[in-house]
This record gives sequence, structure tokens and C-alpha cells, in this order.
Amino acid sequence: MTEQGMIGIENLRVAFGQGADSVVAVDGVSLSVRDGESFGLVGESGSGKSTVLRAVSGLNHDWSGRVAVAGVEQSRRRAKGFFKTCQMVFQDPYGSLHPRHPVDRILAEPIAIHGLGDTDGRIDRVLLEVGLGPSFRFRYPHQLSGGQRQRVAIARALVLEPRLLLLDEPTSALDVSVQAEILNLLRRLRAERGLTLVLVSHNLAVVANLCDRLAVMNRGRIVEEMTVEDLRRGEAAQPYTRQLLRASQGYDRAAAESFRDFA
Amino acid sequence: MSDSPLLEVSNLRVSFPTRQGVTEAVRGVSFTVGREKLGIVGESGSGKSMTGRSVLRLVPAPGVVGADRLAFRGEDLLGASDKRLRAIRGRRIAMVMQDPKFSLNPVMTVGRQIAEAYRVHSDAGPAEARRRALEMLEAVRIRDPERVYGRYPHEVSGGMGQRIMIAMMLIPEPELLIADEPTSALDVTVQMQVLAILDDLCGRRGMGMIFISHDLNLVASFCDRILIMYAGRVVESCRASELRNATHPYTRGLLDSLPRLDDPRAELPVLTRDPAWLTEGGQ
Ligand SMILES: Nc1ncnc2c1ncn2[C@@H]1O[C@H](COP(=O)(O)OP(=O)(O)O)[C@@H](O)[C@H]1O
Ligand SMILES: Nc1ncnc2c1ncn2[C@@H]1O[C@H](COP(=O)(O)OP(=O)(O)O)[C@@H](O)[C@H]1O
Ligand SMILES: [Mg+2]
Ligand SMILES: [Mg+2]
Repeated sequence: MTEQGMIGIENLRVAFGQGADSVVAVDGVSLSVRDGESFGLVGESGSGKSTVLRAVSGLNHDWSGRVAVAGVEQSRRRAKGFFKTCQMVFQDPYGSLHPRHPVDRILAEPIAIHGLGDTDGRIDRVLLEVGLGPSFRFRYPHQLSGGQRQRVAIARALVLEPRLLLLDEPTSALDVSVQAEILNLLRRLRAERGLTLVLVSHNLAVVANLCDRLAVMNRGRIVEEMTVEDLRRGEAAQPYTRQLLRASQGYDRAAAESFRDFA
Repeated sequence: MSDSPLLEVSNLRVSFPTRQGVTEAVRGVSFTVGREKLGIVGESGSGKSMTGRSVLRLVPAPGVVGADRLAFRGEDLLGASDKRLRAIRGRRIAMVMQDPKFSLNPVMTVGRQIAEAYRVHSDAGPAEARRRALEMLEAVRIRDPERVYGRYPHEVSGGMGQRIMIAMMLIPEPELLIADEPTSALDVTVQMQVLAILDDLCGRRGMGMIFISHDLNLVASFCDRILIMYAGRVVESCRASELRNATHPYTRGLLDSLPRLDDPRAELPVLTRDPAWLTEGGQ
């Protein structure tokens, strides 16, 4: 990993289950993400995208290989301080927010855990930053729209002022107009805070909108890495990526006929 | 579209009495479906599912459905007896629901459910029904049909459940298929292959289809005609190939908010909703 690297992964391997039922979800993945970069991870469901993110974020303890974040070599268990550097946002904002806690408490919790002061000030500022006024402090998740909930989830991740944000399908459950708002928000936050982003998505256009570079995954492995410019020009080196590109361009009878399985 | 339409819907209304008052989910929707693929698009909550469900009187309680006309091949569906409706449902008009979990029988293997669906609508014996069910599973790109045949609904993934539903609904060869987000849980490549099957059934057998989706690009490339719904009303309709030239500000707003590979702009235009959209487009 270079000095300015934010994430360095080498030969990451994650398996679930034992013996004959064991599934190798991630099979020798290596990649690096620069400080300040926005990096996309794309691939079909089950290809291992979330599992890579969970290993980086410390949610999964059972992996082998090498994971470094912000220049620090990571062990299976993360030190508390790690979460001040790295935070994660999930697809389903409803499932990830405590249903019986008001926004105020959802945001105060990480501040208390990390012993930071100025709770009120931090909460007001972060709510403003994600485009929600202070009046949202006293609402419960069920009193929010899907887009507002995702803004709260992003606020919760940002309240510790991390340098690295891991986003797992953050707009997949949202209507397209709300997706546009969240993508704009993430882009602005990245610019303002110099954040490094890793965005997992099955939607190539979403990744192109927010990222500089991406990796394509299939069955636990990285098929290829490319720049977003290459993606936009359709210049993929691998047949798997070309098929994915073609399939994401709307219905095409002839294309459907030509698809094959990539083992 | 050929002479007389398969389905005529005029001034359809669906409302739900709630403690806070009446929610009007569908507010005066009119359209016809011939031997074609009619797409219905719009954001969540715009009334797409309730419109589709109304046709087969599958709107859940306490929803109330009303219409000036709701007719399949000239026959009134709103006033039809339950017995008559059961004869039409499945056999002549089939519906693939958004969430397959609620439409499959949890205590019967998926293979048997498909085979039964076939037998209800033909006089085939069990062996023939089994063979046809396996064929159908293969047609919807299920890799190991023999193994999946013996599984229970809770043992299959969401994407596989959707394909099983599609197999079950198509096997009686309905004249009209109402497909509510039928491929939303599928990966893009499998989605395309499943759509190709639906496409072929429309082209070859002259099946008509209502294709409900929130995916504008998909509907534009797959369907013949499109209705765009907003807050329970159709605000615009157009030929699918003409969606790019849609004129209603809501439709334009939705199209503009989509990130595109062929458009490198970063900031995406955000939809501003005009209260006037709520009152136009009705009857
Ligand atoms: N907790 C788990 N237990 C067992 N298998 C899992 C678990 N999480 C993921 N998997 C399996 O690992 C593979 C990769 O999953 P995932 O990383 O979620 O893929 P993606 O995010 O690309 O859809 C899949 O085959 C999935 O079934
Ligand atoms: N059981 C119910 N009680 C009250 N309102 C309902 C009920 N079911 C649906 N609705 C309302 O009907 C509207 C349309 O729903 P639906 O047809 O499912 O939308 P779509 O399929 O376009 O997402 C929604 O705004 C919802 O609030
Ligand atoms: Mg995932
Ligand atoms: Mg719906």
C-alpha cells in the first residue's frame, strides 16, 4: 500500500459455513483505494460485494488475508477508535435505524460511545449538512420518508467525522428522484469533507455518477478494475463486464439470447 | 393493436378508509389493453399495484374498487360473480404479484404448485403436468429444475421465487398477464432472459400484458405503450419509443433524475413537485 492509500486489501478470503456446505463468498480479492477517491464495487447479487465491505468495516470477523485502513493494519477485532475513521451506510435505512429511538437519540449514541463533547451542536450541524433541519431531531424513523431515513443514516455515519464512508447499495430502495437527491448529497459531502467513498451497487450508472474508478466482481473474485471513463465509453476488457454493460442498457431481445454463464 | 381490446378500464377508483379519513389510491384511471405490452410506471405509492390488482378484484380489504367500466373481452368484471371470476383468474387473466412470498402456497413444493396450475387449466395427467412444469422452470432460467421442483417456497431466494411465480402464471397460457414488478429481484442478465420469455409469449401467442415497473428505462425498451402514474392518476401516456420526448414535467423530472452512462454530468436535477399535478389528468 502506498502512503496516500486509504484502503489496502490483499488476498481477502471469506467463507461461510463448514465442510461440504461451505460457501466461499470472497475468493482472493486484492484492491486499493486512494485517500479522497470514490471507488465503486459492482457485480450481480451474491458476487461478494457486501462481504468485502463488511470485512473492511469490521462487521465480519472471520476472514483471512490483509486489510489496512488509513495506513493501519487491521486485525479481526477493531479498536473502538477505528469507527471514528470508517463508517458504513446500508441499503435499507429502515432496518438500520432503531424504530423506537428518535433521530436525536440515534445521533447522540455514537457521540456518547466515543466520548465526544458538544452533542447538541454536533447533531444540529450534521442534520443541517444532510439537508434536514433541527426540527427532525424529535422525529421517529416511521415518521420519515425513505429518503429522509437514508439522510439520517448518513448523518449517523458522519457525526463521528470519519474519513472513509462505506456505502452498501445506499439508493437501491429509493425512488429515482430521491436517489438523485442522495447522490447529490454524497457528492457534496465528499467534496466538502475530503471523504473517501466506497460505493457498492448493482447499478452501473449510479456508480458512474459518483465514482472515479470501479472493480467488477463475479462469484467472489474481481473480474477487472477500470476507470469510470472506460465504463462510460463501454471499454471493458472482460467479456463478463461487457455482458453486464449490455444487460444494463435496457431490454434487447438479441442481447438476451447471447447471454451466457460466467463461472 | 387489433380490433377490440382485451381489457377496457374506464374511470377506475380505489380507496381505503383509514382512521385519518379516506386514502384515494387510484383516482379515475382509464386505459385499454390489446395484444400488446402496456407499461405502467411511476414512483412508489402512485397506485400502480392497486390498478393492476383491481382488474382481478385482488385489492386487499378494506380497499373499495369502483369503475365506470372494467371489462375483459366485453365481459364486465366488476359485477361478475365470484364463481365466474375464479374461472377467469389464472386461466384467462393471470397476475404475477410484486412479492412472490405472499402468492405461493408455503406448504406445497413449488414444482407441485406449477404442475397443479397446469392441471387446473388442462386435462393433462400428473406425469404430463410434471414434465410441463419442469419445462417451464427451465424456460425461466432455473438452472437445476429437478432439484428446485421439490423445494418449498421458503427454501428459494427472492429472485428464484419471482421466476417460479412467472412459471406458474404462464403455464396455463393466459390471454392477459398482469405483471407487477415481476423482475425487480432479478439480476440484470436474468431479468433480460425472463423478459425475453414474456416478449415471445406476447409476440407468438398474442398474449396481452400489463407490465408494472418503477424502472423507466426498462419499460421504455420493453413495452409498446406506457402510462405514467402520479398520485393515483395517469398524468401522461405515450408510445414507449417516444418516452424520451415526454412532455409532462413529472415524467421529464423522473427521466432527468436518472444518472446515465452516456451523460457525464455530475449534479442530477432534482424533481420539484407541482401541486397542480394532483388535480390534472383525472376524469
Ligand atoms: N452471513 C452469511 N451466511 C452465509 N452465507 C452468506 C452470508 N453472507 C453472505 N453469504 C453468501 O456469500 C455470497 C456473497 O454474498 P454477498 O457478499 O452478500 O453478495 P452481494 O453483496 O454481492 O450480493 C453469497 O453466496 C451469499 O449467499
Ligand atoms: N391497506 C391500505 N390502507 C391504506 N392505504 C393503502 C393501503 N394499501 C395501499 N394504500 C395506499 O394506496 C396507494 C397506492 O399504493 P400502490 O398501488 O401499492 O402503489 P405502487 O404500486 O405504485 O407503489 C399508496 O399511496 C398507499 O398509501
Ligand atoms: Mg449486497
Ligand atoms: Mg407496487
